[in-house]
Amino acid sequence: MGTMTIAKGINNGLRAAMERDPKVVLMGEDIGKLGGVFRVTDGLQKDFGEERVIDTPLAEAGIVGTAIGMALRGYRPVVEIQFDGFIYPAFDHIVSQVAKMRARSLGKVKLPMVIRIPVGGGIGAVEHHSESNEAYFAHTAGLKVVCCSNAEDAYWMIQQAIESDDPVLFYEPKRRYWDKGEVDEASAPRPLLAAQVCRAGTDATLLAYGPMVKTCLQAAEAAAAEGKELEVIDLRTLSPLDLDTIAASVEKTGRAVVVHEASTFLGMGAEIAAELQQRCFYHLEAPVLRVGGYNLPYPPSKLEEEFLPDLDRVLDAVDRSLAF
Amino acid sequence: MSDNAVASSGAATTSPAEDEVLAELTAPVPEVGDGGPEMVQLLTPEGQRVENTEYDEYVKDLTDEDLRGFYRDLVLIRRVDAEATALQRQGELGIWASLLGQEAAQVGSGRAMRPQDYAFPTYREHGVAWCRGVNPLNLLGLFRGVNHGGWDPNEKNFHLYTIVIGAQTLHATGYAMGIQRDGAVGTGDPDRDSAVIAYFGDGASAQGDVNEAFVYAAVNNAPVVFFCQNNQWAISEPNERQTRIPLYQRARGFGFPGVRVDGNDVLAVYAVATQALNAARSGQGPTFVEAYTYRMGAHTTSDDPTKYRVSAEVEVWKHRDPIERLKAYLVHEKMADHDFFEALDREADELAVAVREGCLSMPDPTPDSMFDHIYVEPHPVVEAERREFAAYHAGFEGEGSH
Repeated sequence: MGTMTIAKGINNGLRAAMERDPKVVLMGEDIGKLGGVFRVTDGLQKDFGEERVIDTPLAEAGIVGTAIGMALRGYRPVVEIQFDGFIYPAFDHIVSQVAKMRARSLGKVKLPMVIRIPVGGGIGAVEHHSESNEAYFAHTAGLKVVCCSNAEDAYWMIQQAIESDDPVLFYEPKRRYWDKGEVDEASAPRPLLAAQVCRAGTDATLLAYGPMVKTCLQAAEAAAAEGKELEVIDLRTLSPLDLDTIAASVEKTGRAVVVHEASTFLGMGAEIAAELQQRCFYHLEAPVLRVGGYNLPYPPSKLEEEFLPDLDRVLDAVDRSLAF
Repeated sequence: MSDNAVASSGAATTSPAEDEVLAELTAPVPEVGDGGPEMVQLLTPEGQRVENTEYDEYVKDLTDEDLRGFYRDLVLIRRVDAEATALQRQGELGIWASLLGQEAAQVGSGRAMRPQDYAFPTYREHGVAWCRGVNPLNLLGLFRGVNHGGWDPNEKNFHLYTIVIGAQTLHATGYAMGIQRDGAVGTGDPDRDSAVIAYFGDGASAQGDVNEAFVYAAVNNAPVVFFCQNNQWAISEPNERQTRIPLYQRARGFGFPGVRVDGNDVLAVYAVATQALNAARSGQGPTFVEAYTYRMGAHTTSDDPTKYRVSAEVEVWKHRDPIERLKAYLVHEKMADHDFFEALDREADELAVAVREGCLSMPDPTPDSMFDHIYVEPHPVVEAERREFAAYHAGFEGEGSH
């Protein structure tokens, strides 16, 4: 048991996975001596060598494309994409090759690879450094998409993603990298593909993942001061969604608000709202509401606080739900 | 003058066919590249052996039996290809990408591989598949639509066909990086040292992926041979629309050697590919091989090459046919007799029948098989949809019997 940041949790998790399995290799730009632009791979090249912590050329299609080949040869590559907005040059390899290789081969090959993507805004970055593109990949069959929100999950989920025989897109909430939390390295982790109720409540359910989990917990705290008990669920896995956990909560509270940074149009919230009205129609006291980024390109950083859901926008949506 | 006047006044009555004949006679013969002086060639189009001090050593140990084997490969895979084209025309395949004209490029390079080497094809490498021992029916299955490939790539070290242009060059490079980490390069053990060969076309040379593969292979000194079959046409776009320099010269800019070889000369391709694969296996890194060849047919059965290229060009390349030149050489050197060619014709006929029957008797996949093999681990969405699908179809059971 120890306290560490999310970044350190991932770092320790990568280290544990590399110690356990010599086939685990890391690939990405600047991940060696520099330790990655967020220092998530700090010290790993020093300890595991350049053959296992591979500084790649600056070419994202190349990173993912060669990682595919490494996986075909029996390695378990973990690639780092520096920022969410740089994943697009590799998009074709992820959706056309990574996702489809197993089906194409009728199960003869597997691609046990992890693609790590720092996600979301809130750090005052320039264009292309603050995007939320999880829905593109959650929409693609053959991929698994997960997102951690705290240090404990960061430590365990990265190891579970590496151990998965299926390809996993692993989203890391970049503005929470330096948030600290307790990590129990001895206990058994919860399953990778399961949502977690991280605050119990009875009046409405807040559904979030990654950076918005903290915002929702803060909102629940504020609502509690006004006598409203909100249940907060960290989705953790976006594809597949843990709909049983989500639906059980919403059947209990009768109200749901989905919160994410990504634009609401055809985002994760749209899918969750559709599933909930199919599963929980008679339990719902109000329509499922969504709080997300506006349907705009991510704005300049001076405007990002207006763009991103914050505690007040979440509480406003809760009030609208409760008013039904 | 009077003759001209007659011709002129009679123009209205001259049939269009005569005009066309006249145009054909007076039209300049298109400039058709011959690969230039740098191109490695060991057999002329007439089947004459050409000495080459650099590459002769890679073919000097080939026996008559080996050469007859090359010829057999060329003939049989052309026959498979012809049968598949016919099957497409009869509606049995959705589409087919013919290798007609490119047999030597594929057989020469395919035969240069060792068992432990690994090939990453595009979707036209039927001849390489043949050399690796992949059943041609596996290839037809993809084009018939019963699967997207489906063979076990690790069984013959022949990866699945890749349809997105050039994507496989990166997979090949990554695989080669894995070979390096496995310590299977430069050990001196001929059964252990391994190389990868990535196939692509001249059109793919424009793709970002291919250029990134060159960068990754170069900086990693990866044991990969980039084997470009320059068949002169990227669907309807000629080389001039793809590149301003001969493709093999690109390699220098990435920091590794590039070689142009006569892609219709199976002997030369074998020599050049052997040299490149040897270099890769021994730790000397990548080589770019440009096999200068020609796609005699359409890009696929879906396009019409008469709309974008002239028949005179095709005629020039017919003269460079890869099978005819090896046949001339075998006959001239008395390495094969009438009985050999007769027997091979019979074998080709039998193979064609087997391909046809195999194709026609290929079972359709069961409908619920589309839910198979999406993930390794159990997946709740896939399983739920599989159950829904089954329940929906169960609702129709018994209908139609009334």
